[in-house]
Amino acid sequence: MDTLIQQGINAISLGAIYSLFALGYAMVFSILGVLNLAHSAIFMLGAFFGLIAIDQWSLPLWLAFPIAMLGAGLVSVGLELVAFRPLRRRNAARISQLISSIGAAILIVNITQLIFRQIYNSTEAYLPRDLIPSDPIVIESLGLRVQPVRMLIVVIALVLMVLLQYLVNRVRIGQHMRAVAFNQRIAALFGINVSRIFIFTFFLAGVLGGAAGMFYGVVFLNVTPFIGEDVALIGLTAIVLGGMGSIPGAVLGGFLVAGLQIFSIVIGGSSFRNAVVFLLLFIILLIRPQGLLGQPESTRA
Amino acid sequence: MDAVLTPLLDILRPIGITEPVLQFMLVNAILGVSIYLTLHAGMFSLASAGFMAIGAYVGALLTQQSDWPLWAALLGGMAAAGVIAVPIGLPTLRLRDIYLAIATIGFGEVVRVLILNFDDIAASVLTTLQGERVRFRLIEGARGIKGIPTLTETWHLILFLIVLGYLLTRLHRSRFGRAMAAIRQDETVAANMGINVVYVKNMVFILSAVLAGAAGVFSAHLTRIITPAAFGFDKAVDILAFAVLGGTSTWIGPIVGAMVLTAMPEVLRFLKEFRGVFNGLVLLVVIVYLPGGLVNPAGWSRLWQRLGRAQTASPSPSTGVD
Repeated sequence: MDTLIQQGINAISLGAIYSLFALGYAMVFSILGVLNLAHSAIFMLGAFFGLIAIDQWSLPLWLAFPIAMLGAGLVSVGLELVAFRPLRRRNAARISQLISSIGAAILIVNITQLIFRQIYNSTEAYLPRDLIPSDPIVIESLGLRVQPVRMLIVVIALVLMVLLQYLVNRVRIGQHMRAVAFNQRIAALFGINVSRIFIFTFFLAGVLGGAAGMFYGVVFLNVTPFIGEDVALIGLTAIVLGGMGSIPGAVLGGFLVAGLQIFSIVIGGSSFRNAVVFLLLFIILLIRPQGLLGQPESTRA
Repeated sequence: MDAVLTPLLDILRPIGITEPVLQFMLVNAILGVSIYLTLHAGMFSLASAGFMAIGAYVGALLTQQSDWPLWAALLGGMAAAGVIAVPIGLPTLRLRDIYLAIATIGFGEVVRVLILNFDDIAASVLTTLQGERVRFRLIEGARGIKGIPTLTETWHLILFLIVLGYLLTRLHRSRFGRAMAAIRQDETVAANMGINVVYVKNMVFILSAVLAGAAGVFSAHLTRIITPAAFGFDKAVDILAFAVLGGTSTWIGPIVGAMVLTAMPEVLRFLKEFRGVFNGLVLLVVIVYLPGGLVNPAGWSRLWQRLGRAQTASPSPSTGVD
C-alpha cells in the first residue's frame, strides 16, 4: 500500500511533465490542424537552455527556469516562420508540413549536438546534484518520502496549466486563438490578425514544452540532445487519449499515460510499460476515436 | 546483371555509394512503395515499420532455424505480414487522418514490445502448460537475432523492384487502382459510385503490409543482425519521409525519395560533424520549396517560375512594386 501511494506520487510528477509537453502539441494541432513533430526538439531545448543557464552561466534555478522557457518559446516561433508558414502560403498538404517539422527537428537536434560537443566534449551532461535540496520530506503517518523537486514541479505545472486555461478562456488574445481554431477564414473576416495568433500559439507551445523539458532535466539530472525522443511518442499518445486539440484533454492524457506507465512497471516490469499504454490507446481509438474529452471533428475548437 | 551493376557501382563509389549502401537504398525503395500504396488510397497509415519487423523476424527464423532458401523465406515473411494485416486493418481502417496514423504507430509499438518479450511470454506459457519450469530462447528480446546468413543480393532487389514497378503500372490502370484514387479524392462519393470502400482499403492495407514484409526479409538478410529497436517510431517516420519527400503523385516518387534520403548521409560524409545538420536542412528546404515532393513536374515548374521572377525583380528593388 505504501509503495502504491509512493508510486502514485511519482506518477503525478511525471504526469505533470507529460501534460505540459502534450499541451504544446495540442495547441498547435487545434489551431493549425497539423502535428508539430519538432515539438520534442523544443522540449529538449528547454532542458538544454536550463543546463546552459545553470552550469555555464551559474545562474540560480529561479532565473534559469524563465530563460529556458523563453528560449524554447522563441525557437518555437522560429519553427512557425521557417517550417510551417512558407508551406501554408503555398497551400501545401498537411503531410508536407509534418515532414518539414521532422526536418526542423533533425536540424535542431544536430545543432544542439554540435554545441554539446563544443562545450562538454561529449553528447551528455549532468546538472549539479545539489540544485534543489534533495532531503526527502518524510510524512511519518503515511510512511511517505517525497522529494521536494517533485513537489515543486507539480505545483509549478499546475500553476502554468491554470494560467493557460485562464488565458484561453478569459483574455482577449486567448479568445482570438479559439476563434482562429474554430475557423481561420471567419476569424480573419472579423478582423483578427491570424498570423499573429499563429506566432503567439507557437510561442506558448514552446514555453510550455520548454518548461516540461527543463523539469525533465531537473528530475533526471541527465541532459542529452536526444531526450526529446523519449517523450515524442508519449506526448502524441497523451493528446490522442485525451482528445486532439482539447486543452483539458491533453492534461488528462498526460497524467493517464504517466499513471499507466508507472503502474505497469510496478506490476509487470519496465519492458511492458509502453505496451499497456498503447493497448489502451488502441481500444480508446476504436470505441471513441475523438478521445476521452474530445468533441466530434465538426465542432472542434 | 553484373555487367550492368559493376560499371554503375564504379560511377557511384566516388560519391560514397558503395554496394551495401545501394542495397539499403533499394530495400528502402520497397518500403517507400509500401507506404505510397496506403497514401494513394487516402489512408495515413504508419504501420509499415511494424510489418517490416514481422517480415524480418519471420524471414530470419525461416532461413536460420529451418534452413529455408531465401525465396521461400521471402514468401513466408510476406505471407506472415499479410495475414497479420487482416485483423489489424479491419478495425483500424475505420479511422481517418491523424487518428489512423496514431493507431498504426500504436500497432508498431505493440509489435516491438511483443518481440522484446516474446521469449519470456512463450516460456511462461510453456511452463504453465507442462507444469515444470521451461527455458525458452528463440528471438532473444532486445539483443536481437544474430548471424543471419547474408543471402540478399543486389540483383534480387533490382529484380523485385522491376516486377513491382510493372505491377504498379498495371494496378493504376486497373479498376481496383481507379477505385483507390477515387477513395483518396472523396470516400463518400466513391462509396456512392458503388465502390466497396471497406474492401478496397483493407486490400490496399494488406498489399502494403506484404511489401513491408518483403523489405523486412531482404533487410534481415543484409544486416545479419536484427533488433526490435530498428523498427520503432523513428523507422515509421523515416518511411513516411521517403514517400512525402519523393512525392506521392506517382509510384516513382517514393522510390526516388527513399533512395535520395538513404544515400544522403553517405554522400554527405565529407561534411563530417556537420553532416546531421545538413541532412535536416536539406529535408526542410526541399519540402518547403517543393511541397509536392521531388518527382512532381508541376512543383518544379512553379519553383522555376518563382526563381525566374526573383531574378528579373532583383535588379530594380527600388521601384517599390510588389
